Amino acid sequence: MDNKVLIAKRIAQELKSGDLVNLGIGMPTLVASYLPKDLEVFFQSENGIIGMSMLPHPGLEDFDLTDAGGNPIGAVPGAAGFDSGFSFGLIRGGHLDVTVLGGLQVDERGYLANWMVPGKMVPGMGGAMDLVAGAKKVIVAMTHTAKGAPKIVKECSLPLTAERRVDLIVTEMAVITPTADGLVLSEVAPGTSVEDVLAATEASLIIPDAVGEMKVAA
Amino acid sequence: MCEVICVDDAVERIEDGAVVMIGGFMGSGTPPRLIDALVRQKKSDLTIISNDTAKPGIGIGKLIDAGLVRKVVTSHIGTNPITQKLMIAEELDVELVPQGTLAERIRAGGFGLGGVLTRTGVGTLAAEGETTLEVDGETYVLAKPLRADVALINAKLTDYLGNLTYSLTARNFNPLMAMAADKVFAEAEAIVPVGTLAPDVIATPHVLVDYLVSKEACHG
Repeated sequence: MDNKVLIAKRIAQELKSGDLVNLGIGMPTLVASYLPKDLEVFFQSENGIIGMSMLPHPGLEDFDLTDAGGNPIGAVPGAAGFDSGFSFGLIRGGHLDVTVLGGLQVDERGYLANWMVPGKMVPGMGGAMDLVAGAKKVIVAMTHTAKGAPKIVKECSLPLTAERRVDLIVTEMAVITPTADGLVLSEVAPGTSVEDVLAATEASLIIPDAVGEMKVAA
Repeated sequence: MCEVICVDDAVERIEDGAVVMIGGFMGSGTPPRLIDALVRQKKSDLTIISNDTAKPGIGIGKLIDAGLVRKVVTSHIGTNPITQKLMIAEELDVELVPQGTLAERIRAGGFGLGGVLTRTGVGTLAAEGETTLEVDGETYVLAKPLRADVALINAKLTDYLGNLTYSLTARNFNPLMAMAADKVFAEAEAIVPVGTLAPDVIATPHVLVDYLVSKEACHG
């Protein structure tokens, strides 16, 4: 299975019916494609809508209805639109149940860095700082390493997105749960051993007696 | 009462060096004719306050392409490589602000508030040099109000008075910015007679709009 698909499918299991969910651009967006059929979640796009959906048919693009990347989307019946102030009120005000974002680094404190690489890439934080500071549950979707270098590190060397412990890290190798005591290795991917994960991780991991296996449908 | 004028006459009222708020998110909800007129008239040395700088050739990206911008106050420039290149070359000053904080700073500017306290950015580069305050044991960053000389607003519908409605995700920063500038210029997709817009759907009342861009081209 493709790494991104594995990550997306595993994260989809974290969503509950009735959740208001914000998916970041890129890998997190894939999560919407792997939701169980009976699950009813509502997707927020921070540019001002609850109830975004995929464009139902090519040729129905409307520049007044786009996602946060500027790509044309659709809207489900019952969708609601609002301005940017209201949209971030939803995010900061505790109304957003889950946000799924990409990551550059997560450290032993569970702090995320995902918005700039000084001197190399300065795209700006967009809505990421508000999302991480404000969402009830923050899930990081990322590859375990970048060009062989661990992304789960002792302390982020890149600028932080927020001083907030994220709730879950899902990579193609493992599911890791940040806690007050440190990073707990909750699950390993099929075909991956605990030793494999440790070798690819700079941060110390807490290894429970029984580490589960990431179970996703084929 | 707003004045109905053609787009080039409208933009003639904007000075070089002006601080300009421009609605839109990745070009959606950015007033296209006002942007094109700014480029035609080569209004330069502008400070732009906007969510992003879209992409080259799109929306605010056209102002960047034309080299008309001195500074941007924005949340995201990752989709516009020209903005990034100019920033690295120190030809363009970029002030990055978290998106929700940017919205609140504009709202504070328009709503007569001295600032807003937000948890967003605490302990990050976004709080560097900013005032932080503790309220009931929680640390907040003081987001100071933003105002502009001019706001360029894109609406879905307007009536002849300048009452504005917005559409879907093209709404974004527009209603906030319409409150936060000394002169507000509005461009709409369609202009309808007074009385055809129900009061409840009007998001920006006409008293906020100074200039309504007419459909006709300018003469002479």
